[in-house]
Amino acid sequence: MSIPTDLKYTPSHEWARLDADGSVTVGITDHAQELLGDMVFIENPSVGRMVAAGEECAVVESVKAASDVYAPIAGEVIAVNEAIEAEPQRLNEDAFENWLFRVKPAHAADLDSLMDAVAYQAAVDAEAH
Amino acid sequence: MTALKQTPLNAQHRAAHAKLVDFSGWEMPLHYGSQLEEHHQVRRDAGMFDVSHMLPVDFRGEAVRPFLKRLLANDVDKLQTTGRALYSCMLHAGGGVIDDLIVYYLNENWFRIVFNAGCAEKDLAWAETQRDAHAPELEIIPRRDLAMIAVQGPNAAAKLWQAMPGLEGVAGTLKAFYGAPVGEMFVARTGYTGEDGFELMLPAKAAPFLWQAALEAGIRPIGLGARDTLRLEAGMALYGQDMDEGITPFEAGLAWTVAMDGERDFIGKHSLKSLPRNRQMVGLKLIDRGVLRIHQPVETEHGAGEITSGGFSPTLNASIALARVPSGVQLGDRVEVIIRDRALAAEVVKYPFVRHGKALI
Repeated sequence: MSIPTDLKYTPSHEWARLDADGSVTVGITDHAQELLGDMVFIENPSVGRMVAAGEECAVVESVKAASDVYAPIAGEVIAVNEAIEAEPQRLNEDAFENWLFRVKPAHAADLDSLMDAVAYQAAVDAEAH
Repeated sequence: MTALKQTPLNAQHRAAHAKLVDFSGWEMPLHYGSQLEEHHQVRRDAGMFDVSHMLPVDFRGEAVRPFLKRLLANDVDKLQTTGRALYSCMLHAGGGVIDDLIVYYLNENWFRIVFNAGCAEKDLAWAETQRDAHAPELEIIPRRDLAMIAVQGPNAAAKLWQAMPGLEGVAGTLKAFYGAPVGEMFVARTGYTGEDGFELMLPAKAAPFLWQAALEAGIRPIGLGARDTLRLEAGMALYGQDMDEGITPFEAGLAWTVAMDGERDFIGKHSLKSLPRNRQMVGLKLIDRGVLRIHQPVETEHGAGEITSGGFSPTLNASIALARVPSGVQLGDRVEVIIRDRALAAEVVKYPFVRHGKALI
């Protein structure tokens, strides 16, 4: 699967999308779901929680293992995707479509510090070697 | 790093786009795409596993029966007809488990044991040490020339007969834990999934042919990932997790495999008699949302325990585990499992959790 160019990325395989209302939607990348395998459980942060950039705030568990999801940027969690909690396997079907949670950024400019698609692709390629 | 060992079916796994991983020094398929689908395939239809990393070892000679009566915690006197199979632990003098295994009776001078891949070398060394001390005439012959394929599932028999016309005549009437030699091959109605099925030992060079014929009969390849969730649902112990050299069979839910009665003296018996039995294996079903995993702490009214095998059960759509807990814990008790610093509620349930496609809890 190609890496969408309209998203930003972290080295720990989260994606972040700046939405029209200024909030940031967060998910895990296709590469992450592929590494983990069939998803069976997702635990999102509580709405209202303040998260720091790089803080563990969600957990995705596959048949194989549990994996932490880190907040790409600092801010307040304003929504979580309950549908994905009910059907975790949808993360395997389309990791970029099925988001985990939304954050109201503390500083909108923080998003600029994340990788773009080209840099993320390079990071994934480097990991394979 | 030394190169991983490959089974005779490595090319078949690559052709099927397997995700290959290091398993006890062997390059083995974890899955071929989706572990969940493979799990359901075995519960609902038929699948096959390459288990050629396991080591069949032939024990040959006149002294083989008395030797194995001493070597194994179960009693090989239960084996009196050709092809009969017995599950047993092999213990050290302290009562801890060196390995769990299946021993097959071929004839009065020939038994075969299948050891776990990760234990094979130490098992062989242990058996040879015992042989040198007690039965020097006995031959111990590792059979790396054999491949092993397990075909499992409700349709395993029908599809296997389709793949190998002629096999039904010999293997069709086998009951569970019976086997039969078929030419160069040995077929036994055993497995590690809780479903009907067979384990076939055959010359390595013939394995790709059988694999291909089975594929064409609709038997799909299944990786070690699904093998683990299938065996967990079936309540079958995994060596290195549920028991090891520091654990007795009594603490691993394997008392039924230890023949304590009678005069027979086997290695570890004395220790088993004298050691206190203050821990037991139980099944757990998670009530709260989450996934039970190995090494998670368990808190009970009778003290602390630990999960030894845990995961998501695709058949039950719930998380289940085997856990070692204090002896006072009873079926139906509520316990707490500590997952990421939170105490989640679980119920003590009987296991196996699933047999022949049916939920038992």
